Amino acid sequence: MLAPNKTCPESAGGRVPTGAPVVEILSADKVFPNGTRALAPIDLTIVAGEFLTLIGPSGCGKSTLLKLIANLIEPSDGRILWWSDAFGRVGSSGRSLAFVFQDPTLMPWARVEANVRLPLDLARTPKAESSKRVAEALSRVGLEGVARHYPRQLSGGMKMRVSIARSLATEPDLLLMDEPFGALDEFTRNRLDADLVRLWWERKLTTVFVTHSIYEAVFLSTRVAVMGAQPGRICKVMTIDEPHPRDESFRNAPRFAEYCRALSASLTEVSLQQMQR
Amino acid sequence: MRPLAQSETAMTIAAPLAVGLVIVVFWEILCRSAHVPVFLFPKPSDIALKLASDWPTLLAALWMTLRVALQAFISAIVVGVLIAFLFVQSRAVEKSFFPYAVLLQVTPIVAIAPLIIILVKNTQVALTICATVVALFPIISNTTLGLRSVDPGLVNLFRMNRAGRLQTLFRLRIPSALPYFFGGLRISSGLALIGAVVAEFVAGTGGRSAGLAYEILQSGFQLDIPRMFAALFLITLAGVGLFTIMTGFSKLALGQWHESEVGAET
Repeated sequence: MLAPNKTCPESAGGRVPTGAPVVEILSADKVFPNGTRALAPIDLTIVAGEFLTLIGPSGCGKSTLLKLIANLIEPSDGRILWWSDAFGRVGSSGRSLAFVFQDPTLMPWARVEANVRLPLDLARTPKAESSKRVAEALSRVGLEGVARHYPRQLSGGMKMRVSIARSLATEPDLLLMDEPFGALDEFTRNRLDADLVRLWWERKLTTVFVTHSIYEAVFLSTRVAVMGAQPGRICKVMTIDEPHPRDESFRNAPRFAEYCRALSASLTEVSLQQMQR
Repeated sequence: MRPLAQSETAMTIAAPLAVGLVIVVFWEILCRSAHVPVFLFPKPSDIALKLASDWPTLLAALWMTLRVALQAFISAIVVGVLIAFLFVQSRAVEKSFFPYAVLLQVTPIVAIAPLIIILVKNTQVALTICATVVALFPIISNTTLGLRSVDPGLVNLFRMNRAGRLQTLFRLRIPSALPYFFGGLRISSGLALIGAVVAEFVAGTGGRSAGLAYEILQSGFQLDIPRMFAALFLITLAGVGLFTIMTGFSKLALGQWHESEVGAET
């Protein structure tokens, strides 16, 4: 019997994909100052070029785990390595990560292009270079026409695209997204999912994605990590073998339903175990 | 301009003017019919005549008062913003000194103006100091609030991009603070004018001051009530003018993006 706080009884399985490790989480856990144990020790390796989704019930620590990966918070125990290095040295190796929040978090007083340009301005990138990158990022998310608009003139979906363009402009080596489409309607969400998976496929940008939605997890990912709560931990890792590029036709395929069923079953199992504790 | 916008702007100007006109006409009729003596409560026509005849003197007086008010306003902005920046640097500083800033607001200027006028040799400077004291608090209070009211999501974003202190100040804190700052400006501009007038009143007719308050006092002594009202009218006009200018600045700075200036979307 494995220690109850470690992983679920069935092993955190799935095929570990081949490739250089981007993020190695080595028994990192998180206890908040008020005593809440948000995460039990997690062991997870995120490999270059993969699209990993974290999914689980509320309170399972998926956002906390993502923030640990983003180095926004520190683990209470264990450690995390980025490109085989501690975070402090990551910047000097020229690698960078980008974080997309649940909220578009745009500066309302600045136009879209100024918003997208912000990380580059903060890093003091020369104007010519940043203008080029901004234009490219905006066209990759399909927003060439609104560069001069203000955020208040945009719809929710467009604001989210600007937020994504802002992260892409820095040309990150790792993209982290915390339920970015959670606040949008289903149509917009599906469209953005299709755009996102196409974006990922173009450059094989290593992405870690947090979501509540089973459909989204199956559609977007190469691997899905099912998390459980109390304390947060990774229970199972599923591999989605569907080849890329994926589009709307995948949603209608029987394989899609199969994957969704399997994922749903895992999640139910996890919440059942939680109730039995 | 779209027809609707055009009629909206027309409404903003025409409607209050119409109300003013009605009041003035009503006032005139009331005074005439009740045969109210001119030294008690003058008719609008009396005031208008006095304005026309004494225009040069009154205009010079208006400029004197306005000059003090404007100097005080600018001093209040400079000092107020500096203090607000200091307050935002550390909570300890803010907690220690904010009560004294509140003191500024609650102390009636009529009580401390005589002291300032005695202490400061130059009457003009004394008047400016008094008016600055009156106008200072809203700027400190609003600007501090604005500098602290930053979207935490944006703070996170800046932190993640390893933004320096100055970068965060200029690109995040100051733009976030602008709506609050302009709110403070609108209040402060009127207060600077009030402070200038009150200080002048306290200074009385002794000094070399020759602003509108002095005119009001003089007119009172000479029982020239229409002239008193004329001076009062000019003060009011100045106050409205200052407020309108501040609103104009606010619209310029915030018009593109802030809800207060943009208004509700349909």
